[in-house]
Amino acid sequence: MATQEQAADRPVARPRRSTSDWLRLVFGVLLVGGFAWWLITQAVEEPERFVEVTLIGFTNGQVYALVALGYTLVYGIIELINFAHGDNFMLATFQTQSMVRDGSFQIPLLFGTIAIPLGTQVTVDDSTAQKIYSLTLVLLLTMIFCATINVAIERIGYKPLRNQPRLAPLITAIGFSFILQGIGLAWKGPGPVPITDVLPQGDMIEIGDIAYTWKAFIVLCITVPVLIGLTYMVRNTKPGKAMRATAQDRDASAMMGINVDRTISFTFALGGALAGAGGVVYMLYVGTSTFQLGFRLGLFAFTAAVLGGIGNLSGAVLGGLILGLVAGYNDGFGDARWTTTIVFSVLILILVFRPSGLLGERTPEGQ
Amino acid sequence: MSSIAATWQSTRSRTWFWPVLIFLIAISYAWWYDVTPFSTVTLDWLGLELDVAVIIGVYVMLALGLNIVVGFAGLLDLGYVAFFAIGAYTVGWLGSGFFNSRDIHVASTAPESLVGVHVSIWIVILAAGVATAVAGVIIGWPTLRLRGDYLAIVTLGFGEIIPDVFRNGDAMAVPCGLQATPPFIDFCDKNVTNGVRGIKPLDAAGFPELSTALPFLPDRFSRIEVRWWYLAIIAIVVVTIFVISRLQYSKLGRAWIAVREDEIAASAMGVPLMRTKLWAYAIGAVFGGFAGAFYGSFIGAVDPTAFFFNISVLILVMVVVGGMGNIWGVVLGAVTIEYLNFKGLDKIGERVNDLIGAVGIDQEVDVPKHKFLIFGVLLVIMMLVRPEGLLPSARRKAELHEAEEIGEPDVYDDLYDVRREGD
Repeated sequence: MATQEQAADRPVARPRRSTSDWLRLVFGVLLVGGFAWWLITQAVEEPERFVEVTLIGFTNGQVYALVALGYTLVYGIIELINFAHGDNFMLATFQTQSMVRDGSFQIPLLFGTIAIPLGTQVTVDDSTAQKIYSLTLVLLLTMIFCATINVAIERIGYKPLRNQPRLAPLITAIGFSFILQGIGLAWKGPGPVPITDVLPQGDMIEIGDIAYTWKAFIVLCITVPVLIGLTYMVRNTKPGKAMRATAQDRDASAMMGINVDRTISFTFALGGALAGAGGVVYMLYVGTSTFQLGFRLGLFAFTAAVLGGIGNLSGAVLGGLILGLVAGYNDGFGDARWTTTIVFSVLILILVFRPSGLLGERTPEGQ
Repeated sequence: MSSIAATWQSTRSRTWFWPVLIFLIAISYAWWYDVTPFSTVTLDWLGLELDVAVIIGVYVMLALGLNIVVGFAGLLDLGYVAFFAIGAYTVGWLGSGFFNSRDIHVASTAPESLVGVHVSIWIVILAAGVATAVAGVIIGWPTLRLRGDYLAIVTLGFGEIIPDVFRNGDAMAVPCGLQATPPFIDFCDKNVTNGVRGIKPLDAAGFPELSTALPFLPDRFSRIEVRWWYLAIIAIVVVTIFVISRLQYSKLGRAWIAVREDEIAASAMGVPLMRTKLWAYAIGAVFGGFAGAFYGSFIGAVDPTAFFFNISVLILVMVVVGGMGNIWGVVLGAVTIEYLNFKGLDKIGERVNDLIGAVGIDQEVDVPKHKFLIFGVLLVIMMLVRPEGLLPSARRKAELHEAEEIGEPDVYDDLYDVRREGD
């Protein structure tokens, strides 16, 4: 035992860095340093505005984090980029609109929808208790709705292709992304899908000109319990352990008596539920959506997942928050037209310079 | 000896029969498509006007280019539209009045009185090829070391960034001098791409110099009577197919297939991975650039809204549906899908609505609106039912059905099966 510990303590010869490694390191440091320098100058010039922009970026980052978790869970377990995930999120925003505005849970079909009236309309004048009751119902049902879609996609499109070359399920995923967009288009049309702002207005905390709004606080109130619940589930419950085992080695976990198919479906359900929660939060906070929202936001969230280290849950949250902040600072101090370019540049730079992400290991293991 | 010659001749004729026949039908289409007995099918039923055929030709080029990257080398590229856009913008810069402070004319179809840079479209198409090859190498150099799906995401990122740059390029910070204070380079806002308004009009193709010597060649291709455009795209597609089919069995082509099948094994056999992949990327990009330049010149305008992610996916659908890695499969896929996309779904929609009207239901179905739903379903069904595509390459077909063949060999039936232990 002692000898083993000694062996572990002995310094391991680190692999020598090559010239290109050094170049990449210098370039990376320069880039991050330049951005930090720019931020500090902005913060010194307009400290109040800086805090304001930070708060907005923080709230947006939470939405990215929720969606990014769905990508990371699925990637962690079957190493597939689920392109349909962002569009699932888009369908969640549409379902939220149906439930909050029309008070009915809708099942979109190609020619018309089936509406199940549930009386979940929320109007501005409702009492707080009424609102909390309705919105909880909206959140739960939308999560179930998206989980169902995700599991169905996995069963139809990914499961039969599990042993095919990796390109095959990836192309199916793109196909499903298009299908979900098509469903969204048939469901609510090509225009913007708005919702009235039902969250309480006004500021929760006000210090000088800086304000933390109630809206932002409610986003936090939904996100944090979801994240805590998810972490608990993956760390401590039996299905969570099965997930982590399956992510590590599918064959070995099958031999240990884990039902791999069910575990993968469960992971997809979890990912779908997170997309659902993200959709509800986004719709309540931002108030508008379109059928093309999922593509762009999905890619942002995927970037967040990669940034944090794909397959790593806390990495996805960290990546989401950082990305939200970066996008927020660019919207606030830079030129908002370039935000997309900047987000994708972050994606490319991370993949080129540190493909394992900020917190990721070389092998994604779900935790 | 004579028998050997006969065999050689027969294989040769067998190899050439179908391509030549297809080529003859395609090239003569410009003359028979509007003649009475045929026009009921080509125009009334299919709506396959000559300008639709030109657009289809452009997409055949694009699909052939993407096929090099995805089909031959096995690198999933989800941002191919970037090269299409770069090609089109090359015409915008070198074949229009956009840079109106300059006055350069090189064998151009534009009148001498027009200011701006006007270079012959044929030269611009080559320039676009060079530009996209350079862009391909710049994008590929840092990213090609990445594994499959990461590479897909990086290319997707570039496919989003490049149209975004074109969209926001009307006030781009361009370095235009040095200064004493940090960051030491003076930036000024310059209009590089004319932003969302795009650049127009672009010069048409033509043979202004040659037409004096060879009077049957037109001075300038008419945009109303598009026969010459059609002949030009057919010629370019034929050259492309020839080049790619020669490339396929060259040393480089075989290296691509080796890399696609097994990177580590290929590397161990002495295939330089990075160089092979970079070549695939650059050559694939070149054909995208050619197609983009021709498209820009044909449409006569270029604007950033024409280059969405959807187009990247559409081209990918063509390659997948047609048959990854097989040139003729890809051509078939491109013709089918682009026809459906551009015209076919409209026509099918009309038919469906006529039918519904005849039955007596008073409701219109907007088929083209569900375009991407239909393509999505097509993609998924294709992957599930026939992942090798309509006209598969023999190698890929074998690869994709490997599992079924090895799945349950009869030989082991008599042997003790550990899975039946519990029975």
